Amino acid sequence: MELSGSQMVIEALRKENVSVVFGYPGGAIMNVYDEVYKQNYFKHILTRHEQAALHAADGYARATGEVGVAFVTSGPGFTNAVTGLATAYMDSIPMVVISGQVPISMIGTDAFQEIDAVGISRPCVKHNYLVKDVKDLPRILKEAFYIARSGRPGPVHVDIPKDVTAQIGHFAYPSEIKMQTYKPTYKGNPRQIKKAIEAIVAAKRPVLYIGGGAINSNASAEVREFAKICGIPAVETLMARGVMGDENPLLLGMLGMHGCYSANMAMSEADLMIAFGPRFDDRVTGKLSEFAKHAKIIHVDIDPSSIGKIVPIDYPIVGDLKNVVEAMIPLAKEHVDADKYKPWRDLLKRYNEIHPLKYEDSNEVLKPQWAIERVGQLLGDKAIICTDVGQHQMWAAQFYPFSYPRQWLSSGGLGTMGYGLPAAIGAKVAIPSKTVINFTGDGSILMNIQELMTAVENKVAVVNIILNNQFLGMVRQWQTFFYNKRYSSTDLSVQPDFVKLVESFGGRGFRVKTKDEFDKALKEAIESNTVCMIDVQVDRFENVLPMVPAGGTLYNMMLEYKE
Amino acid sequence: MRRVLSVIVLNEDGVLSRISGLFAGRGYNIDSLTVAPIPKTNLSRLTIVTSGSTPVLEQIVKQLHKLIPTYKVIESGQFVEKEMALVKIPLSEDFNGLDAMLKAYNGTIASSGEDFIVVMVADDYDRIDNFLKAVKKYNPTDIVRSGSVAMDI
Ligand SMILES: Cc1ncc(C[n+]2csc(CCOP(=O)(O)OP(=O)(O)O)c2C)c(N)n1
Repeated sequence: MELSGSQMVIEALRKENVSVVFGYPGGAIMNVYDEVYKQNYFKHILTRHEQAALHAADGYARATGEVGVAFVTSGPGFTNAVTGLATAYMDSIPMVVISGQVPISMIGTDAFQEIDAVGISRPCVKHNYLVKDVKDLPRILKEAFYIARSGRPGPVHVDIPKDVTAQIGHFAYPSEIKMQTYKPTYKGNPRQIKKAIEAIVAAKRPVLYIGGGAINSNASAEVREFAKICGIPAVETLMARGVMGDENPLLLGMLGMHGCYSANMAMSEADLMIAFGPRFDDRVTGKLSEFAKHAKIIHVDIDPSSIGKIVPIDYPIVGDLKNVVEAMIPLAKEHVDADKYKPWRDLLKRYNEIHPLKYEDSNEVLKPQWAIERVGQLLGDKAIICTDVGQHQMWAAQFYPFSYPRQWLSSGGLGTMGYGLPAAIGAKVAIPSKTVINFTGDGSILMNIQELMTAVENKVAVVNIILNNQFLGMVRQWQTFFYNKRYSSTDLSVQPDFVKLVESFGGRGFRVKTKDEFDKALKEAIESNTVCMIDVQVDRFENVLPMVPAGGTLYNMMLEYKE
Repeated sequence: MRRVLSVIVLNEDGVLSRISGLFAGRGYNIDSLTVAPIPKTNLSRLTIVTSGSTPVLEQIVKQLHKLIPTYKVIESGQFVEKEMALVKIPLSEDFNGLDAMLKAYNGTIASSGEDFIVVMVADDYDRIDNFLKAVKKYNPTDIVRSGSVAMDI
């Protein structure tokens, strides 16, 4: 089949079963957009900023596990997209981003809207390509999708010069991938797996430390089964919320900087840590020399470079988590005695009773934690929860009752403010049957507020709940604790009328100050089936607790803050 | 700790900047780097001399492996390692003893001009160090080192 480069892009997306692309056009990618206009294989959603196109593709990918796809133009279109690439890269999200580039003859001449896109994207993608000849395009597109979704997933960037999108070439989409150099390891080494089981049998205080890899490899069911067979208590990272299900009696909760007491103590007192796909982020480990210092460590990860990067590992297992846990299950059934860990489970349960996650509710002023709990009570598993970045994000991770993986979409690794609204749009487009809630802050929401227009235009009914403390709350909290209350540049009390703002875009707005008003607004927002923003006036000085100060030790949490 | 790595990669656009970017972005050292295509293949071989603690060296190897175009990283075992140096010496110098020195370091005179000669030596990396110290007495005006090439044996 003879096709132009642009037609090849469309055909490749069709072969990859892509159903939606998010993007923003411009000179260098107009040939591709002309073909977008002519086709009816996939829907194209025009965002109002390139960063948002990538976050939307990212939200789509997190909600479904499929590859998210975005188009942007060269120069400023591409540079706007970089934060979206970095966000997806840090959280290992499968994504293919296609950017336009100036014609090959003009590359390197500082042409209008030229930028070294592959040079800029290199440190924040799994792989990238500059396509120099249309004959390479089918292979490159096939590889891009394959690399994005295989092994440790990640974003792949394909930069296509304008003349290549116009060139005609032969299109034969490869049915198979034959890459000489890239071969991820999926099966864990059986000897290592056996040794890991022996270590579990020998342990008295084992703990499962579950990370985002459990979600990426769709291993939730296997992890739950394994935990149950062994009777081993589990802690989840921010990225892994939903893997165990919050009803699960073995789940202690989230660990780390704002983790719960029992989870952090479990890590500190364990004699064996079974790490299922986490990456030992510093927000989790605190001071490294004190992190789980009594524990031997089993680490399962598909990315060999992730193993031993932060702490030395006693039992490294490279492989896809789902495969590895599947292989561990029969051995665990045969050898592990769940009763043996009962005293350990009881101890952790007591820890949880002494120091549960808590906040002081009030009837004078709305507490942000209350609002999150309330949404959880009313919607539970019917909602997908997105967040921006800040205190509201941590409270959502702590207080929303998650029950399944991919219910929780949040920028963990990069911590990108402005992620929430576009990601919520991507998630709602992917799974329209779910209510999609975006918990956001009065700071974060303004970073991609223009996407209200995208949501309204495309009738993507997402509900934004601003936990409005009129502060860059998380930064204000650090200033309170560590900078003697010098609130440098964090006061946001000068702010727009969020209700009028969303209405001006054509959505619905609510302002609430009481619990009753909150319930009423939430109900109306969900029933309205349109884009909504609930501006919740919350306690300005509420803090996220517990807290392990950066570089502190997990067993020395601040449990309270007293003036 | 000094370490020689032999890295086999696809010979394609941008692969060298991927590798140098990996070192720069993560703050790893590159002491020297040489690269050339491997005859009759679509591959190139890089010889990278780097240094760092054992965990850092381990990460370097894993991160190199992680790059999509990387075919192989040879990091252990025995290497023959050689480096070349070119040294420009003014003709006004007294060359007494230079011949013997060149002989000792696998050297020759590579070129000469109206008022200089260029000598070339090819030897082990630390012996090149020694040679460059010794050749100072001829007041060289220019010195170029090639970086190591290595072959695993
Ligand atoms: C793009 C970006 N810029 C800056 C930061 C640093 N930062 C982290 S949390 C935060 C405050 C967020 O404020 P807000 O969105 O109002 O949420 P709150 O903490 O009040 O819930 C800031 C500025 C960031 N994470 N992302």
